[in-house]
Amino acid sequence: MSEFEPKIIAFVCNWCTYAGADLTGTSRIKYASNVRIVRLPCTGRIDFMLLMKAFSRGADGVIVSGCHPNDCHYTSGNFHARRRWIVFKSLLDFMGIDVRRIHFAWVSAAEGAKWAEVVNSVVNDVRALGPYDGYKNLAPIAADWRIQDAG
Amino acid sequence: MSRIGVFICHCGENINGTVDCAKVAEAASRVPGVSHSVDYKYMCSDPGQSMIKEAIKEKKLTGVVVGACSPRMHEPTFRRACAEAGLNPYLCEMANLREHCSWVHEKSEATTRKAVDLIKSMIEKVKLNQPLQPIKVPVTRAALVLGGGIAGIQASLDIANAGHQVIMVEREPSIGGHMSQLSETFPTLDCSQCILTPRMVEVAQHPNITLHTYSELESLEGFIGNFKAKIRNKARCVDEKLCTGCGMCAQKCPTKKISSEFNAGLGMRSAIYVPFPQAVPNKPVIDKDHCTFFQKGKCKVCEKVCPTKAIRYDQEDRIIDVEVGAVVLATGFDVLGTDFFPEYGYGRYKDVINGLQFERLASASGPTLGVIKRPSDGKVPETVVFVACAGSRDPAKGIEYCSKICCMYTAKHAMLYKHKVHEGSAYVFYMDIRAGGKMYDEFVRRAIEEDDVKYVRGRVSRIYEEDGKLVVKGADTLLGHEPLEIRADLVVLATAGVASSGAEELAQKLHVSYDSHHFFAEAHPKLRPVETNTAGIFLAGACQSPRDIPETVSQASGAASKVAGLFSQEELTREPLVAVVNRTAPPLYSTCTGCGLCMPACPYQAIEMEEIRTRDGTVVKVAAKVNPGLCQGCGTCVALCRVKAIDLQGYTNEQIYAELMAL
Amino acid sequence: MTKIGYYPGCSLLGTAREYDESLRAILPRMGVELVDVPDWNCCGASSAHMLNHELSLSLPARILSSAENKGITDMLVPCAACYNRFVMTIHELNEDSKLRARVADITGLDYRGTIHPLNILEFLEKRTDAVKAATALPFERNVACYYGCLLVRPPTVMKFDRSEDPRTMDDLMSAVGANPVDWAFKVECCGAGLSITSPALVGKLSGRIIENAVKSGAEAIIVACPLCHANLDMRRSAINKAAGKKYTVPVLYITQAVGLAMGLKEKELGLHRHLVKVRFPADRGAAQAPTHAQPAADSEPAQTEEA
Repeated sequence: MSEFEPKIIAFVCNWCTYAGADLTGTSRIKYASNVRIVRLPCTGRIDFMLLMKAFSRGADGVIVSGCHPNDCHYTSGNFHARRRWIVFKSLLDFMGIDVRRIHFAWVSAAEGAKWAEVVNSVVNDVRALGPYDGYKNLAPIAADWRIQDAG
Repeated sequence: MSRIGVFICHCGENINGTVDCAKVAEAASRVPGVSHSVDYKYMCSDPGQSMIKEAIKEKKLTGVVVGACSPRMHEPTFRRACAEAGLNPYLCEMANLREHCSWVHEKSEATTRKAVDLIKSMIEKVKLNQPLQPIKVPVTRAALVLGGGIAGIQASLDIANAGHQVIMVEREPSIGGHMSQLSETFPTLDCSQCILTPRMVEVAQHPNITLHTYSELESLEGFIGNFKAKIRNKARCVDEKLCTGCGMCAQKCPTKKISSEFNAGLGMRSAIYVPFPQAVPNKPVIDKDHCTFFQKGKCKVCEKVCPTKAIRYDQEDRIIDVEVGAVVLATGFDVLGTDFFPEYGYGRYKDVINGLQFERLASASGPTLGVIKRPSDGKVPETVVFVACAGSRDPAKGIEYCSKICCMYTAKHAMLYKHKVHEGSAYVFYMDIRAGGKMYDEFVRRAIEEDDVKYVRGRVSRIYEEDGKLVVKGADTLLGHEPLEIRADLVVLATAGVASSGAEELAQKLHVSYDSHHFFAEAHPKLRPVETNTAGIFLAGACQSPRDIPETVSQASGAASKVAGLFSQEELTREPLVAVVNRTAPPLYSTCTGCGLCMPACPYQAIEMEEIRTRDGTVVKVAAKVNPGLCQGCGTCVALCRVKAIDLQGYTNEQIYAELMAL
Repeated sequence: MTKIGYYPGCSLLGTAREYDESLRAILPRMGVELVDVPDWNCCGASSAHMLNHELSLSLPARILSSAENKGITDMLVPCAACYNRFVMTIHELNEDSKLRARVADITGLDYRGTIHPLNILEFLEKRTDAVKAATALPFERNVACYYGCLLVRPPTVMKFDRSEDPRTMDDLMSAVGANPVDWAFKVECCGAGLSITSPALVGKLSGRIIENAVKSGAEAIIVACPLCHANLDMRRSAINKAAGKKYTVPVLYITQAVGLAMGLKEKELGLHRHLVKVRFPADRGAAQAPTHAQPAADSEPAQTEEA
């Protein structure tokens, strides 16, 4: 059997990390293809239920990445995200999701190479943790959701 | 039922080289709700856009997904195409198959699979997109230019000449910047001040330019077309209206041994001073840290000698509010500090100086009146060693980039030295000679061939003082790596250009991005070089990265034309990506419970509480309401809302969940 | 008494015995006791890393792991060459998990990464106050602090002091009353790597170091590396021959200089083992500080005689 390839969902801010990931592309820096980017205006927009949804949809790891502290395009969105994360962490713990599956990063629009590093290291870390199957039992329920949605 | 059209772009081989585009289009066609799916070589080309337009009309598409480059690149292109075909532009989304997929992964099944995932997720999102109308906002036709160097001067004059108001802010007492410190300029060797000072005067006299020197930006709020800035006018302690600039105060000031910033530490100035004779404005400031009166409580000599009684010891900083529609950042650069080169003894040996100091030595208005004298004993140096790349292109020093101007100014310095000291010898240690530019390489060749400057390809390992000489140790890598020692009288380090002090804080005030060296980041390295990621804020000159005068001037004019273009519009349209609090039928009126948690979370104070009344005026509910004029669409309130009564147009909860479900 | 791990390496039991002796002499005054790493082996410096990469990592890794097993977290490594190997090994093992597994396989011991090697300057710097307090006879001499290459290079790995202009030793010597001179050869190569293959070149390289130290007015050269000491002291006759001069400036280990300041006897500090006699110009009481701009020309004749 080939090595387990984790599925990583990245929630990124449009101004810093999304642009930074564009720069990774413009600079032709290669990184693992396991990651899928969801573009949001700001990390402050990230409702942490989105992270739960990602796990429920089969993600093995999640990256949340935005502007460096003090660099938020909207002044303070990244601080809101950071505060929310602190609270959310204990909820994850309570639910039995390994906190190491979620990686917080600050990647600016100028840090193309850093984005590749972040992705690669998260992919490696999550690969070592193995697949996330905590939600497997709930899969039928999730499938129901899907049918309703597709309509 | 949705009728979505999917258009996959090959981008030549850029996408198709690693992603099987036909397969992606085929996979997309099988997604429920997709009624049209094609791939094509160049989607952004005219025929490509026509394909989209025709499909919209023929198939009566209700949404469009373009799988191509980054939406930051071509989203406006494709949205415009949709609009031209009669589809609301906000029903078009892009999947980033190039920057986020084909360019960063190897050609493989997995890469194509990722492309399919990205397309599917956008299809699900677009199904839930709502037609939106752009928001119209007025535009204030005045520009704020930060920095009064050649970049700021050029940008201000161009904007002002286009008929718009300019507010120029300079933190030093005079405008002019680094260019005013230079002796002669490459490749023509014309005198820097001679070409700059007329521009400085023009700025001061221009009816459309308001000049704030000795001032700094305190804060900036708002958005393109509608910024509100606070400017701090630092106290000069001189009434500018009364002062005639006679210079009596500086002449009589008893504290005269202060290192002059203008002369890069090679000359002295008084505590009350005008940085240089051609300063604009020609009004002195009191340096409170060195003034005897401010330090010891007595002196007041300047007040006594001032013929117009213009001295104001009790003057305080003033904060000025201005409203502008655009900002040009032109804050320039600094040269690397002395701490950087212990191995070169920079900062320890008086005769190891940097390029800026050499400019002052060579300048007719400098501390030596243009005679090259070394700082330690005033002797005319017989041997001068110039060290290029002092810090630049040196990862061990943390500066990987090329400072770009040093090759040229080092050649100029060596030339100026040889012109002034004919029998002297000049050596240049260099890594590579980077002389790209009109007449640039010819200039360097002239230094080598006509002025007999000895170019040594190799780096200097150490400089130390011995018997009154500076021993420069290096190697000549073109002559078999022979170790070389030159006993020099003066060493000039072409120190790296670094971001201006305070650049990081300024970027944070303005919410513009900057790189790890604190240079401001452009919106696109090639196609949007004078814009920042923040609409309405533009870049000019070395605050973006080190650059020479011609490049700075053309960029400043570029930024100015962007501003003029912006100001030519009657009103601006803004993306309607704003938050909305839902309103429903009675008796609920809104799912908002009026808890008010969103209000303090909003960085723009865009949320207020609205009283919902019946026809007879009775208040039935208090619910939050977003002012779309103020909202910038960050979505912090959306994530915070406990009952999910707020949603962000363009990034609604439904849309993002749908996107996620498809991944 | 604080206990601290100790890896003497081969030099401190052989050519640099006085380094070990002087270290052991000053430690009680600073309240430190040494715990030897059990069953230690050669660190591999000077040959292994030229010949076999895995061996060059396995040798230090075995020592590090044994020390960890003994419960040692801070390990004093006076020899700069050994210290350099330890830091390099830790760096490489941390960078590459596969390599780490391979090395663990070879040594049969697991390296956990809990150990922290300390060079002599780091160790003393942390105890500057104790050193100051124990100073009885301030070492009032002009000294040239010679760091050599191994403590600071490569800078991205060693991360010790400022690689081109280190100051730790200068500060320590100031703390015991000495006047560190400003000189140009602090981190210059002494040629130790060429000791066997090209001794004549070593004489020339080391000679330049001594020349510059003397010209800068130094009455003693202070070192923190047995290889530097060997070259500047043991090879003095070769140096003098190459230079055509007779340099008499003594070379002291920092531990010896600190010991002298603490009032310890010459014998306790092993000064008698040096080939260049440790003597200072007698008439100079408080040493005058020559500035860099005016090299103390007057001190020169006192230090050199034409051969």
